[in-house]
Amino acid sequence: MSQTFPHNPLTRFITSDETSWCLEQYQAHGGYQGFRKSLDMSQDQLLDTLKESNLRGRGGAGFPTGLKWSFVPRGNNAPSPRYLIVNADEMEPGVFKDRMLLEKTPHQIIEGLLVGAQTLGASIGYIFLRGDYYLAEERLTQALNECRAANLLGQNILGSELNFDIHLHTSAGRYICGEETALINSMEGKRATPRAKPPFPQVAGLWGKPTIVNNVETFCNLPHIINFGPQWFKELGLEEDAGTKIFGVSGRVNNPGLWELPMGTPIREIIEQHAGGMCDGYSLKGFLPGGGSTDFLVTEHLDVPMDYDAIGKQGSRMGTGTIIILDDKYCPVSMVLNLIKFFAQESCGWCTPCRDGLPWAQVLLEKIESGEGELEDITQLEELCRFAAPGNTFCALAPGAVEPLQSALNYFKKDFESHITQACCPFHVQQDLKLDLGHSHSMNKDGGESHEQV
Amino acid sequence: MENLHQQAIPIALVEADSTRLSAEEQHGIDALISHSPQLAGITIDALKLIQAERGWVSDASLHALSLYTNIPVADLDSVATFYNLIFRQPVGTVVLHPCDGISCDLMGAEHIRQCLSQQLNINTGETTPDNHFTLIPLPCLGACDKAPVMIANKQLFENMTEKEIPELIKALGEVSK
Repeated sequence: MSQTFPHNPLTRFITSDETSWCLEQYQAHGGYQGFRKSLDMSQDQLLDTLKESNLRGRGGAGFPTGLKWSFVPRGNNAPSPRYLIVNADEMEPGVFKDRMLLEKTPHQIIEGLLVGAQTLGASIGYIFLRGDYYLAEERLTQALNECRAANLLGQNILGSELNFDIHLHTSAGRYICGEETALINSMEGKRATPRAKPPFPQVAGLWGKPTIVNNVETFCNLPHIINFGPQWFKELGLEEDAGTKIFGVSGRVNNPGLWELPMGTPIREIIEQHAGGMCDGYSLKGFLPGGGSTDFLVTEHLDVPMDYDAIGKQGSRMGTGTIIILDDKYCPVSMVLNLIKFFAQESCGWCTPCRDGLPWAQVLLEKIESGEGELEDITQLEELCRFAAPGNTFCALAPGAVEPLQSALNYFKKDFESHITQACCPFHVQQDLKLDLGHSHSMNKDGGESHEQV
Repeated sequence: MENLHQQAIPIALVEADSTRLSAEEQHGIDALISHSPQLAGITIDALKLIQAERGWVSDASLHALSLYTNIPVADLDSVATFYNLIFRQPVGTVVLHPCDGISCDLMGAEHIRQCLSQQLNINTGETTPDNHFTLIPLPCLGACDKAPVMIANKQLFENMTEKEIPELIKALGEVSK
């Protein structure tokens, strides 16, 4: 087995066809090497390696993984069992990276969990999978069965002292399940409302036991960090942050998709080179750098590197690293309204700024979009953004929800004002003239009820 | 737990749904209980199991599940009404979930949803009179590079166009027969 150091650790197991590798293929290409190596390392060594690698959580918040894991009680007197949970409930608008990893590299995720189990002495792992990811469910189930048959899961794994099994839980669908304490409540068979912290899940999580919840992509990085070392991992990044990242672009670009690139890749390279630039007839007006709950950035930010702190300095967040493009033909008010509707609907209703504030913002935006807005509505929207700021709410849903709104009010204020002064949506007027005039608009003016349970 | 089956059900049941769990359902629930560290942990999986058997989760189903497991009906219902993919009203054989996430809407998904609505002659949230289709848009389905998309019958339909909708509905209609 040649020990070459890959530049694309996360996707090197992915073939160009639509299949995923079975256990035999995965192992033949170097799979489970990282886990095998971890069996010869102590828990302290593993945790130190993880800390040294400077891996930051890939679910959006970017919290240092090694630090997070160091809060889990260890040693003989530590509470047990200890749980590991893969957060695979990808529901953030415009984010589609975990689906690819789940469908195409199920064994990489299992290997990540195994490394985690060895690091923390965890005995049970869960994969909390989005309910609509049917292909991922099928492939993960198959991969788990292969591992059980090959003693990669179960008792005394590969002759070691490690006992570990993984259960697949498919979610019944709710965005808030992505919040780690809400996810834990959901796994306990409750409504997915977030919990008060402290205690943090690392100390008292699932069923009151120490629990680590991390994103799919975070777990996928672990075997490679153990296999190739923390120094290699750090050097993968172009700027401050370590490793690679699955970046993505959606919207009116020539080649929407996903690419594994070094941390710190400039936004311009991702949009213009990998995504092939804007489609003919469309130009770039703005973009959300990391999913639907991040602040807009505009063309002047194109040369900023995709690094947590670098994007943070520009007033946004790298989030999940999947960029959503706003083109010049699409109404910014409409885009923000779509997002606010989503967050209002997905609010768990636990705290007031979110439960009442987001539907209020939706009402105001609908008013403006339909041409019935007043200038005071903009002031009220700005005020609402302040009410939903971090510190005023139970979890990060509402603060995230108002990020695109507050930044749109900053960068695209003229568009909001023109809706009000012209008493209509200037963008829809243009489109309606262009499209067939006879088309029925009376049909289904989506009254916001569409997501109600039937 | 078997004694619970003898209890009378104290509500008037309007649905023609079974007020007892079938042998298969009981078997499935028993398996869930054996895997869960605590009883309540089975709730979501149990509701999904009932829905897979019966198409949706009726009041009668909730009572049947409660009698069998001893989990209070109120607890079951608070969970059942929270999640998007558990249906507390009957749905058609095929549930169409066109995406209404922002990436799909940027690529013209609203028009696709209108076309689906027109083709089936129902609004969102409604079921066709022949009970073949229910239309429930879902938020971002995680396939943004292939927008607009839709999930139906566990299948993902990508890069949808207006033109293909009549054929697509016809093919899915065959599934529901």
